[in-house]
Order: sequence, then C-alpha cells, then structure tokens
Amino acid sequence: MNAENLIKMANDIGSFFEAMPNREQATRDVATHIQKFWEPRMQKSLISYLGTHGDGNLKPIVRDALREIHPASFAARN
Amino acid sequence: MDTTHHLHDVDYGTPASVSEKLVTLEIDGFEVTVPEGTSLMRAAVEAGTQIPKLCATDSLEPFGSCRLCLVEIEGRRGFPASCTTPAEAGMKVRTQSPKLADLRRGVMELYISDHPLDCLTCSANGDCELQDMAGTVGLRDVRYGYEGLNHIKEQADTSNPYFTYDPSKCIVCNRCVRACEETQGTFALTISGRGFESRVSAGESQAFMDSECVSCGACVNACPTATLMEKTIIEAGQPDHSVLTTCAYCGVGCGFKADMKGSEVVRMTPWKDGKANEGHACIKGRFAWGYTTHKDRILKPMIRSKITDPWQEVSWETAIGHAASEFRRIQNKFGVDSIGGITSSRCTNEETYLVQKLVRAGFGNNNVDTCARVCHSPTGYGLGQTYGTSAGTQTFKSIEKADVILIIGANPTDAHPVFGSRMKKRLREGARLIIVDPRKIELVSSPHIKADYHLQLRPGTNVAIVNALAHVIVTEGLLDQQFVDERCDKEAFDYWRDFVASANNSPEALESMTGVPAHLVREAARLYANAGNGAIYYGLGVTEHSQGSTAVIGIANLAMATGNIGREGVGVNPLRGQNNVQGSCDMGSFPHEYPGYRHVSDDATRTLFEKDWGVSLRKEPGLRIPNMFEAAMDGSFKGLYCQGEDIVQSDPNTQHVIAAMEAMECIVVQDLFLNETAKYAHVFLPGSSFLEKDGTFTNAERRISRVRKVMAPKAGLADWEATVALSNALGYPMHYKDPSEIMAEIARLTPTFSSVTYEKLDQLGSVQWPCNDAMPEGTPLMHIDHFVRGKGRFLITQYVPTDEKVTPKFPLLLTTGRILSQYNVGAQTRRTENVKFHEEDRLDIHPQDAAERGIQEDDWVGITSRAGETVLRARVTERMQPGVVYTTFHFPESGANVITTDNSDWATNCPEYKVTAVQVVKVKHASEWQENFHEFNETQLRLLKDKVVTAEAAAGTR
Ligand code: SF4
Ligand code: SF4
Ligand code: SF4
Ligand code: FES
Repeated sequence: MNAENLIKMANDIGSFFEAMPNREQATRDVATHIQKFWEPRMQKSLISYLGTHGDGNLKPIVRDALREIHPASFAARN
Repeated sequence: MDTTHHLHDVDYGTPASVSEKLVTLEIDGFEVTVPEGTSLMRAAVEAGTQIPKLCATDSLEPFGSCRLCLVEIEGRRGFPASCTTPAEAGMKVRTQSPKLADLRRGVMELYISDHPLDCLTCSANGDCELQDMAGTVGLRDVRYGYEGLNHIKEQADTSNPYFTYDPSKCIVCNRCVRACEETQGTFALTISGRGFESRVSAGESQAFMDSECVSCGACVNACPTATLMEKTIIEAGQPDHSVLTTCAYCGVGCGFKADMKGSEVVRMTPWKDGKANEGHACIKGRFAWGYTTHKDRILKPMIRSKITDPWQEVSWETAIGHAASEFRRIQNKFGVDSIGGITSSRCTNEETYLVQKLVRAGFGNNNVDTCARVCHSPTGYGLGQTYGTSAGTQTFKSIEKADVILIIGANPTDAHPVFGSRMKKRLREGARLIIVDPRKIELVSSPHIKADYHLQLRPGTNVAIVNALAHVIVTEGLLDQQFVDERCDKEAFDYWRDFVASANNSPEALESMTGVPAHLVREAARLYANAGNGAIYYGLGVTEHSQGSTAVIGIANLAMATGNIGREGVGVNPLRGQNNVQGSCDMGSFPHEYPGYRHVSDDATRTLFEKDWGVSLRKEPGLRIPNMFEAAMDGSFKGLYCQGEDIVQSDPNTQHVIAAMEAMECIVVQDLFLNETAKYAHVFLPGSSFLEKDGTFTNAERRISRVRKVMAPKAGLADWEATVALSNALGYPMHYKDPSEIMAEIARLTPTFSSVTYEKLDQLGSVQWPCNDAMPEGTPLMHIDHFVRGKGRFLITQYVPTDEKVTPKFPLLLTTGRILSQYNVGAQTRRTENVKFHEEDRLDIHPQDAAERGIQEDDWVGITSRAGETVLRARVTERMQPGVVYTTFHFPESGANVITTDNSDWATNCPEYKVTAVQVVKVKHASEWQENFHEFNETQLRLLKDKVVTAEAAAGTR
C-alpha cells in the first residue's frame, strides 16, 4: 500500500501521543493504537517499506512503537 | 400495542403541565385530579369529557380567541374560556348547560356564515374540527346568510409543492401562526389585517414559497380546517389506517404515522408520542417520501461482467449466485482478505448486523466498515477513550433544562431540524448560546434568537479553541473540582490541567491561529463554566478533521472539568448525520469491533461470537473504507459488497475513489437507485425503502425505534433477506424467518441490548440503550454516578495544525456541509419536490473574496485544490468569513468531493471534509472532471436503458 500515506497516518498518530508527559507510556499507546486499528497488511507494508528505504521522516516515537510490535523485523535490520 | 394506530389521536386541548403538585376538582359532577397549572379543558378530557374548542390544540399554548370552550364555574360570574383557565383545587365546573349551548351555537353560527358549505366535497371531510364542532354544538341554521361580505371566493396559494393554503376556509384561529412560532420557531406566518379583514399571511403577504417558510408542515398539522392541507390528501382523500414507523432521513429519528389508503402512503404525520420529535417533523420526513415510488427505482436484480457492458436483468437467484461465485473466485485467487463489505447507516440495525456477520463469518475476515467512518467515527473513539462508551450522554428532552448551550461545528436547523426546533424553543425561553463555527449559521441570529457569542474560527482550529476554553476554565478557577475529584482519574486530570494551563494554550497565544479575539474566548468560557447546566452539542464540523478525535476528546474534557455530566440539561451530545449512524456503529460495523464496541482481539468476546455463529473468527482488525481503496490500488483488495451507501459520491477525493473502484473485479451494490457507486458495479441488488421493511433504527440519543413495513418489498426481497440469500449462497447458512429473530440474536450477544425485544418496543414506543437487566426500560441519561469506564479520563489534546494550509496557489479554505431540504448524496431527496427548495449546489463566498476575483452572484466559478477541480455557481454571502468558502454535496455533478483530499483523522481515518485549501476563479466551462463525469454518466444510463432482460427475469422467478 502507498507508503507515503502510511507514514503520514503513522506520524499523525505519533503527534497525538507525543504530547503525553510519560514517553514510555506514549510509545506503548502508539503501538496499541496501530495494533488495534491497522489491518495487518498495512502494518506489513509500512515495515517492509522502512526496511528497504530507511526510516526517512518517520517520527521517532512511531519507530519505537513499531519496534515494540514487530521486534523481529527490526532486529533483522539492525 | 397494535402496529396499526388510531388515525386521530386524542387532543387534550392544551399542553400537559409538568408540575408535581396535584389539585382535585369536580367537572360535571366527576372528581378529577390533575397537576397544578392544567387547564380546565385538559382536566375535562382527563375526566372523560370533551369541551368544544377550535383555537386550542395540545401542541400549542392556549390562545383564548374562539370562545367556543366556555364553561361555568360555581361561585364565579360569567363564562370563562376553559382553555385559558387553570384548574384549581375545589372548583366545581360545568361544561354543559342550556346557556352554554346557546352561546356556543352563536359562536359557530358566526364562523359558518363566512365559510363555504361544500363539506361533502371538501378535502378535510372526515378530518375537520369545524365540521365536528358544528355537529357537537348542534348547529341547525345560519341566520346571517352568505350575501354579505365574505372570503368564500378567495384564491388558494398552491406555491408550496406539498401543501395548499386556501384562505376561503380559514377561521383565523391562529393555530398555524402559533405552530410556526412555538413548534417550529420560524415565525413565517402572521395574521394580517384586522377584524373581518384579518387573514393568515406568509411573510409579508407573500406566497408560501417566497416567504421564510421552511415547509416543516407544523402549521398544516395544527390547522383545524381544510385551509392548510397536504396536496396528497387533496388528491387521494382521507387515509383509512395508520402504521407507526420512524423517519429514515436524519439522526433525530422522528416517529411518524404512515397514513395509508390500502397499501399506498397518502401522508406522513409526525407522531405525537414519538419521544424524539414529540409531534414535530421537518420537510424531509414529513413530505419527501415520494422517492419510494419514483420511476428511477430499480426493481430487478442485474449483473454484468464489465462496467462497459449493458446490464442484464436476472432473477434474484442468478444475481446472488453470481455474486457468491465471484467472491469465492476472488478469494481463491487473491486470498481470504481480498474482499469486504460496507454496511449502511441508513439500513436497519438488523440489516447492518447481518452484513457485518456475513463479512466476519461468511467472508472470513474483518473487512467491514460503514459510512459512519466518514462522519462520526471520531465520536466513537473520543467518547470511548474518555467516558467508556461511544454515544451521546443525554436525551433530546434534556435540552429543556439546559441553561447554556454550546454548539460546536453543527448546524441543527438545517441538518437536525426537529432537534433544532426544540433547541430554539429553549433558547427563546432564555437559555444562553455560544456557537463555535466558521460560518454564520442560522442560530447565530434568527427570529427571537441571538447567540451570546459566535466564535467564528478558521476551519481546522477546533482543537485550539477547545484548548483555549479549557485554559480559561483552569486558570481562572472555574473548575468543578469536587466533580473532578470524585468522578475522574486523578493522574490523568493533573497531566491535563498542567497541559491546558500552559501559556501556549491561552486564548491570546492561539488567537493568531484561530482568528477568534481572545476576550471572546474568555467570556464564552466563563459563560459555559458558570452555566448551572451547560450542554454541548456538536456535529461533523468537529469530527471531519485531521484532529477530529482530538477535538471530541477535548469536548469531553471540557464537560468533565465543569461537572457538566450525569444529569439533565448538561452533557456531550453528538448530532448524528444519517438516521442510523448510531445503530450501525452499535451493530459492530467497524472492522475492529463486534456489536457493542468490543474489540475483535478480545478473546472472551470473540469466543462468544464463535460459539454462537459456529465459525472461527479473526482477531486482527480489518480494513477501513479508505484502507480498502488503498488496498484496491495495490491489487490486494478486489471485491466489495456495498449495501445502501454511495461511496463514489460521498467519499473524499473522488478521482482516487474511482480509480479504486476500477481496480476491483466484483462490486455488488444494493440500493434503491443506480447511484454513482452502482455505475461502477458488476452486480446490482435492488434495495427496499424504509416503508418496505421491518426493523429498528437507533437515533442520536441512543433511542431504538421500530421501522414497520407498510407495503411489500417492491423488488420481492427486503434488504435483510437479500443478505441472508447471499450468505447462504456463500455456504454460510443463515436461517432467519423474521427480523425479530435477528434482534433476539443481537440481544443475546450484546450486553447493552440484552433486554431489547420487539414486544418491548411495541409496548414502550422506543427505548434508549443500555437496555438490560439493570435498566430494563432503557437508559435516558448516562454516567449518572460513575462513568461507564469507571473514572472519567482526561486526555491531553495537543493542537496540531492540519497539513491543508493556505498557500499562494490555494489561498482559500473550503468547508462543506448540508442544507435542510436535501439529504446527504441526495439520491432520495433529489427525487422529490424538495429540489424546488435547492436545485443545485452552490459555492458560498464572502463579498470581499468575490470582489477580489471579479466574481458576482450566479457566476460560474472553478474551484481547484491539490486533489482536483470542479465548477459551481457562486453565491456571494456575508454568512462566510473572508478567506473561507463553502459548498454542499447533494448533487453528483457538483463534484464537491473531487476537490476534497484524502487527509484524515489520525485515529479513525475519518476524512477531513471540512478543510481543503483551494483557489476560486471565474470560468466559462465545466471542469474537465465534470465533462468526463457527464460522458460516463450518459454511458452508464444508456447501459441501464439497453439492459438485456433474460427470460427468467421476465418470468419474475426468484
Ligand atoms: S410549514 Fe412550517 S415553516 Fe412553513 S409556515 Fe408552516 S409552520 Fe411555518
Ligand atoms: S389557516 Fe388554519 S390554523 Fe391558520 S388561522 Fe386559518 S384555520 Fe386557523
Ligand atoms: S428531523 Fe430528521 S428524523 Fe425528523 S423528520 Fe426531519 S429528517 Fe426525519
Ligand atoms: S378553544 Fe378556548 S377559546 Fe378557543
């Protein structure tokens, strides 16, 4: 699926939770939100795009959240 | 309660008194006890007798003009009018005596001497109070003759498409004038002239159509004679029976009596005991039902293999079989997740429930969504997060106790007209009003109503305004600390308090973004916080933004911070768009949750459904509508079952939607008409109108009401039956014999519905969910002692400006909305006389912006955004603020959604319809998109006209 759109959507989620004072909790909330509302192929598309193109302008909080949900894909990259 | 209903309801003459104090008196020797303030007229009805009357009716305050209702009271002189005399303890009243009979006959004689005596051929014959009263008082003879001056030759005004005004029959009882004022709140009618000359007049002696009249029909309902009369009754005659049902247009969910002659509807009369509307209606529900028998309705199933092929009319069996085999073929080739369904927010709860069940159990995935996605999905998310339930907190009636009303991004007099009238009534009684809206909506200033504050913000800055209001409440010590301490989560509140108190969130700091003077924000915040009862009403102007969910959360925070939750007169009230938006959300139409808002990943819930449905279910969320389009574009989503929605017209960025449609291999559309989506479809299943099916709708106040079948489905199957057939053909058997069995299943599986049955709805008229063992008669008010989630949860709402920003290339902001006479994509209302009230979508533009561009009223203007271009005619109006333009989207050729973008709410993907950066220029031609649209449309209509009728279709086999 269109990676640009997915990144934008993910960053918008990040923007909401970023404002929370507890960063750890906020990252978990981003992760939960994506897990609860994103159909698996959306998550997969985004992860695989990041795998080939790098994190680009993905917000750090979103990257951390994705790492929480899909540790394996991230481990493979690092 | 029988589903058929008495044609004539009891008229108590004057409204009920709400006093709790009772008084006992004697009427004609019978003792009767009534609430203090009850009129003698009403008390008499309670005592079992009727006093003759003409100018009184129980929907209106008494007026005391006809003098027909005189009575005698022991120990008092004279003959007081019973409609204006309140009952007092110990009174002894006589309603009949020779003297009273004489007086009444005298009054009637005067009326009749100026009234045509064509009773036998009059359209009101059988339903005329004047006729009844002449009979009741025993009028036998009229001494004055008809030679003198009279009005008998006056011409009727037939300008309104739905009713006529025939002044020759008017008795100047003033009921219509009062109905327009008290019930509707439009003040379109007056009595002009004096004495004998006096007559009802619309506007300043204008024709009804040229006046302020909004065609709600309240005056027609109130008129005791044939003076104001529905044209359908003039043509067809009086109905022979009535069936109670519910309006299928907006989220107010008005109760109606479908007045029938055999199986033909001749009138829709607002139901007096309907709790959502209390006897009122608007032009749509009351009059715009002619589409149900419109010649454009498609009554036979059709199929085709490519959208460039002519349609083939086939039997239901063939059409359903074809759809099922296509869906299975696609799944075999592209995987289980390559198909999905869209439930309708216009269909019944039962139908919606079945479609989501079909997708989850029959398709085997969670790719089900509903058009609530594009309107109120942020409400579900926002209220769910803060309060624990995805619904409004109050009843409509609660507005009668509100002291300050805060309306954000809603235009009730157009989009929720009957509730708008109830709101206006409260405002005329003195409630204060704050409006947050980029446009000068009607309520900002209308007869006898003036908003105390109109915070005319820039589109896209709701969250900033809500934060600024919260800042004032926190920093000026206006919090209801006791409520917060008792009812809300402390840690979350502390975070929130510190956040909104920061200087960044002050009205002064945000002024440059919102465009609203800081002192107005401060004053409005004080007014709301000190309200006594402060009630918030909001609409799509809040949700349809990139921060729609954040704004809903912000609103929920405001209500908690000021303690405006959990009693009458307060609350957070989303005004829902379509009739069953609430219901479709309740019924599990979203890809991530089952009926009753339970996430698909919740094991206990999933097991419950797996056991009941006998299949295993998926625990990951499915695709939402915009995600379906994206997946279609990348080739992983190929088939769609779309019931009663027109995504091509209503979803944003039309060209993107169309590309997605064209990328799919099997689109099944179930609808009344060949709508825009159907023009891209491969299977068409003819839908049934609300008059043709049984079920329930749930309105914006969580009220579940019955929809009753008044005629057989014109295409042979009701919508729920078509879904059952499709499911059976897919190999997932469904065996419902009647929608009541579907409701029984919903109740069995959904804790908030567990006590809902059709019997109960028949008995009580309607119930508000939660309706279960704890609340067997439903729950009018939510969160009384504690929030559904336990403690109320404040959440930080950082304002993040939308990406849709004005630039030199796109210097204006476009916002979209709707108008009273048209409904959503207009498929229904465009096929009624309502087009006389709104025949095209226009672009509203402020005089200053127009002048800068050399644009004048009625000019054709091109509107361009980064998504596309369309052309509309301009309306130059001060309702807009400079820099902001506005249009409606009721006509497909307008292409309003060609311009809107696929920006969407961060939490729910609800599209940002309310903010698009555009440029507007004067043009001479339609846009390229419109020309293509025109051509495509012509082709599709031809393919429909040239349809091949197969033998089995001709034979009408099922
Ligand atoms: S139809 Fe409604 S708005 Fe029009 S005059 Fe009658 S009451 Fe007033
Ligand atoms: S039009 Fe009907 S309601 Fe109005 S004053 Fe005449 S008779 Fe009464
Ligand atoms: S207010 Fe809404 S529900 Fe009521 S009649 Fe009008 S459209 Fe129908
Ligand atoms: S009904 Fe009482 S004065 Fe007309």
